[in-house]
Amino acid sequence: MNRELKPLEKIKMLLSNYPKERHHLINFLHLIQDELGYLSEEAIELLSEHFSLSPAEIFGVATFYASFRITQPAEHEIQVCQGTACHVRGAEAILEEFSRQLDKHYGEQGWSSKVSLRKVNCLGCCAIGPVAVVDGQIESRMTLTKVREIVRRLYQKDNLEKIREQNDQE
Amino acid sequence: MTKNSLRRINSLIELQKLIEFWAGKPRPEKIISLSSASCGRASGALKISSALDKCLRELNLTDRFELKLTGCHGFCQLEPDLVIFPEGYFYPSLYPEQVPAIVEKTLLAGEFLHEFAFKDQQSGKVYSRVFELPLYQKQLRWLLDAHLDLDPLSLEDYFAHQGFSALRKVLTWDNQEKVIDLITASGLRGRGGAGFPTGLKWRLARNVESQEKYLVCNGDEGDPGAYMDRGLLESNPFSVVEGMIIGGYAIGARKGFIYIRQEYPLAIERMEAVLRSCRQVGLLGEKILGTEFSFDLEIIRGAGAFVSGEETALIASIEGRRAFPRQRPPFPVVRGLFGQPTVINNVETWANVPLIIRQGPEWYSQVGTTTSKGTKIFSLVGQVRFTGLVEVPLGISIGEVVQEIGGGAPAGRKIKAVQTGGPSGGCLPTSMFNLPLDYEALQAAGTIMGSGGMIVLDDSTCLVDLALYFLKFASGESCGKCAPCRLGTVQMVEILERITRGEAQLSDLDRLEKLGRVMQKGSLCGLGRTAANPVLSGLRYFREEFETHVVRKQCPALVCRKLITYAIDREKCRRCYLCLKNCPFGAIKKEADGWPYVDEELCQSCGLCLNICPKEFDAIFKKPRYSEGGEGRMVDYENNQGLNRK
Repeated sequence: MNRELKPLEKIKMLLSNYPKERHHLINFLHLIQDELGYLSEEAIELLSEHFSLSPAEIFGVATFYASFRITQPAEHEIQVCQGTACHVRGAEAILEEFSRQLDKHYGEQGWSSKVSLRKVNCLGCCAIGPVAVVDGQIESRMTLTKVREIVRRLYQKDNLEKIREQNDQE
Repeated sequence: MTKNSLRRINSLIELQKLIEFWAGKPRPEKIISLSSASCGRASGALKISSALDKCLRELNLTDRFELKLTGCHGFCQLEPDLVIFPEGYFYPSLYPEQVPAIVEKTLLAGEFLHEFAFKDQQSGKVYSRVFELPLYQKQLRWLLDAHLDLDPLSLEDYFAHQGFSALRKVLTWDNQEKVIDLITASGLRGRGGAGFPTGLKWRLARNVESQEKYLVCNGDEGDPGAYMDRGLLESNPFSVVEGMIIGGYAIGARKGFIYIRQEYPLAIERMEAVLRSCRQVGLLGEKILGTEFSFDLEIIRGAGAFVSGEETALIASIEGRRAFPRQRPPFPVVRGLFGQPTVINNVETWANVPLIIRQGPEWYSQVGTTTSKGTKIFSLVGQVRFTGLVEVPLGISIGEVVQEIGGGAPAGRKIKAVQTGGPSGGCLPTSMFNLPLDYEALQAAGTIMGSGGMIVLDDSTCLVDLALYFLKFASGESCGKCAPCRLGTVQMVEILERITRGEAQLSDLDRLEKLGRVMQKGSLCGLGRTAANPVLSGLRYFREEFETHVVRKQCPALVCRKLITYAIDREKCRRCYLCLKNCPFGAIKKEADGWPYVDEELCQSCGLCLNICPKEFDAIFKKPRYSEGGEGRMVDYENNQGLNRK
């Protein structure tokens, strides 16, 4: 694919040879989210023209499903599985500890733009729970101490980048 | 096997020759089968595969030994695992450093390495072969056995496992009625939960006059704690496709949809690859195998809504709408997708179809009870020694599955109940463990077969907490269309929360039952009608536990956080002060004599101290917050909301 293409133009290009039947809408919402990371207002406008649906209708579909996001994603994504098998092994405490550790490292106000912490329904890895997904990587058999390590690692990685940026500027 | 050997198959005879060719092809000296479905990958299967690959290449052994990346072997807690055929040697929980030894000793010298074998901690027994493993005893692995040595993406390998011979058989009959008769005679019932007879469903759809008819494979496996469909889709996607082509032929459909939930990216990826291969050789598309029958499949990615598993909601979702269920009748077999007759079956149901055609309905219906035939796959998880994907003959008792296949409770624990059917099902106490797995028997006991989640709970699980968990799930996933479900689930959550906080009254329990009955009768779709089951079955079998929460304000399992606190055992404590340094609420303090203690007024029962206390000390333990009768120190939760901050 042409790397110079702006995401919105790319979506336009993808749309141009995409069928107009409504049942392709959800698949296409996935495509856009894969491309942009979220469903932007402009993208919804484009879709509304293509599928001849009102933006409100598309917005309604997008917000009904848990997978779609209408705000820009954070740099890191942590998902904590809340499936039954994970729940009985203490998934709730894992989620809380993530939130506490993020507070501690990034400051209580500051981390929502850096890290998004979400609950997910069962990931289907029930035998190795409790499970969390950190930036797409499945972490099995989570413990509270493992949470601390993960957050510390994320924070250090972020700060390394910051340090490098500072060095570059100098 | 080269991937580019896929040539178009122009006739049924050609297909027959191909199947014979691949099935009769001599097998390599040894097959190394590495489980690499999602759980395997999460546990590092790909590292093992690259280590193996490198090792085989360096020693120039790639011609003699074949490395297969298969789907799920079923013993999920021991991932990544390796099975070496023909002996069936089993190596569990591998790490890359073990690979050279395995290649050298087992592959080249034919020795089994006992130090890498699976050892049952409780009995001390060492198991060398896969079929000797305790988890595999008592199973009847009609569908799952193929997962041990089948490359999920290879059409040739599927042929070698008699793949598409069922389709060939059906197409040579040239009689659609006969296919439906056969499925009806087998007694196959929907594996998605409700258990509607599959043959009847097909017949109803076939009998409706219509230009277009559709098939749907329901792979929106939303039940938390269940992953049978993921196992099948990742490990043997061709069997689902073959089942659907046969179904399409039988009812006269030209188009089918496979709806897979978005949380299963590997299943989607593999299914896409499999559909491409099928189109390439002419197993899908116009004029399949040179016959007059045309059929194609399309994948729809789900988008994270539990309710889309309900069939009318699934239809709405495929049509690109919000997944709202609608009133039935008309049933989807009459008016379904795009207003046309539609047959919707679960993944496992479709995977059973080729098997029934190949082996015949008499063979299939030998196994099972009078109303429930064949096998069923369960994901056996929770507080049991062996967890995994298991396939059992219907009619086997719950106790056999839990005690013999699952190996019973972990050391020092006691099994309390089994939960089947996820948020739509219920809990069965150990006294009901003689109950056979049968659609009707489970329903009479207040739970459902469901799609196959089986979660074992031990005495560390609180049934009130579990009911609350499921109701929170149901209220979050309720689409909001009808009032009994939308409002009922929220009311139930509120009452249950009161119980877990020790603020409820006994009349609340009756209120829960009443509310549950209204939801069962008044809700529009299956989600609402079954959402109260976890609470109702909990009250039916474990009422005492609910009452203990209400009256004595104690949680017997020490789970409900507002009712417990932590304490330090002075005899075990070595005063490392790790707990004191790490307590997020400053609730662990030092006595004048230097011993740490838990200040119960500050303690929020987060459990971090228990987790951080070194295992060899094990000095922290849970205890009830209130002594008998609910007296004792009260904590002002309103002003001390450290944990509820969001």
